[in-house]
Amino acid sequence: MGRSAEKVIPMTVQHSYITKLLATGKRADGRTVDQFRTVTITPGVAAKAEGTARVWLGKTDVVAGVKMSIGMPFSDKPNDGVLIVGAECSPIASENFESGPPDENSIELARVVDRGIRESKAIDTEKLCITPGEKVWMVNLDLHIFNHDGNLIDACSLAAMAALQTAKLPKYDPKTETLDTMTHTDPLPVKRVPLAVSVAKIGKDLIVDPTADEEAVMDGRLTMTTTEDGNICAMQKGTAPFMFEEIEQAFDITKKKGDELRKALAAALK
Amino acid sequence: MTKLKRKDNRKADVIRPISIQVGVIPNANGSAMVSIGRTTAIAAVYGPRELHPRRLQIANKGVLRTIYSMLPFSVDERIRPGPSRRSSEICKVTRQALEPALYLEEFPKATIDVYINILQADAGTRTAGINAASAALADAGIPMRDLVGSMAAGKIGDDIVLDLEGKEEEETDCDLPVAYMPNSKKITLLQFDGDMPPADVKKVVKLAIKGCEIMYEKQKEALRDKWVGAQKK
Repeated sequence: MGRSAEKVIPMTVQHSYITKLLATGKRADGRTVDQFRTVTITPGVAAKAEGTARVWLGKTDVVAGVKMSIGMPFSDKPNDGVLIVGAECSPIASENFESGPPDENSIELARVVDRGIRESKAIDTEKLCITPGEKVWMVNLDLHIFNHDGNLIDACSLAAMAALQTAKLPKYDPKTETLDTMTHTDPLPVKRVPLAVSVAKIGKDLIVDPTADEEAVMDGRLTMTTTEDGNICAMQKGTAPFMFEEIEQAFDITKKKGDELRKALAAALK
Repeated sequence: MTKLKRKDNRKADVIRPISIQVGVIPNANGSAMVSIGRTTAIAAVYGPRELHPRRLQIANKGVLRTIYSMLPFSVDERIRPGPSRRSSEICKVTRQALEPALYLEEFPKATIDVYINILQADAGTRTAGINAASAALADAGIPMRDLVGSMAAGKIGDDIVLDLEGKEEEETDCDLPVAYMPNSKKITLLQFDGDMPPADVKKVVKLAIKGCEIMYEKQKEALRDKWVGAQKK
């Protein structure tokens, strides 16, 4: 995306405002560096889906939906169900989003969320096998953005896990090989709760849950997906470089914040 | 702990045979070919040149564009040419791995285009691509803060190992590519797929950085071979 002088100058002003404020330990919206905005998790927002959840991080608003279908397993994993994650940053959510096929930001978003769930084996895919080598459940997880005010990865990861944990399999009739999407039976087997937490670097500070304004001026972003047992199952660095010591700091921040989000998620799904 | 046995009898901290050659594409402003075992990446740099269409220009700095593509015959099962979700993501992380090395602010409204083709793929294509691109940018005479070395590390059983080859990558579920600028100690690429406690992740990052430093030296050697050699002639 191009940037004319009219856009560059306000950005420079914004940058100096945010960095000067951070030097005194403050953020524009009054938060501390390691504080998330208000997290709101609402499961069950679309009746026709097998599982859905809408998540707000302040003004960032995203929805995740799960639809189940029957398909062929991959030849190297004949006994495993398949997870497919897609993300769409549609023009409804920001003046900077354009319609059309997914751009690299939406692709990265989907792939980072996917990686955390896949690598942690959060979904028990072996239980999603119907006929080995022939028929398995496909978990289609779609992420949509309604309003973009920064930190889309964390919001989507949280919405994804909420949707997956509440998803129920539609009834499958092996005789007629049809799905009865009106009748839902067993819950989707979810074993672990991997959640992504992104750390934004602005100058020397590491902050969590950046707003769109903060993202516009940040020097770098580092996303880590942690699980409840303290393991890390995915990392993705975005934009500018990080020093090794900053990565070490991020381990602690993402674990702590991940646990907080897991608590919020468990409370919302009670 | 069982003794580590790698497919090609390599030690844990040894990279496959490396060859780097710069200036392989005469039409380009700069180019390089990097082979690491049976993974080969060719990169060409065009620019800095005016960016078209003009609405893509940035008023106060230049743009780096990186296009990573795997040739259809570079893997066991033919892949469809053209962009995929995987390649789009790699384009993005490659660009971000290289940007910190460049003085883009010196080239307002311009673009530097880096095209990376993977000729053969046996794991580690994004890191090979970044090494090739870094050497190609230097070969093009574009001012740089530092070269960018890149290498992945992972884990086989209990052992932390450098530079997984194709078969090894299939069998492990830990893969951690890094790109690194040794002079400023800046990490410019960091990705991780796996499931490990932070202490282990830390060790893998450290080993990958060692690998980056080796690739950095190899790039320097290749650039010296072409440019210092040419001066003497």
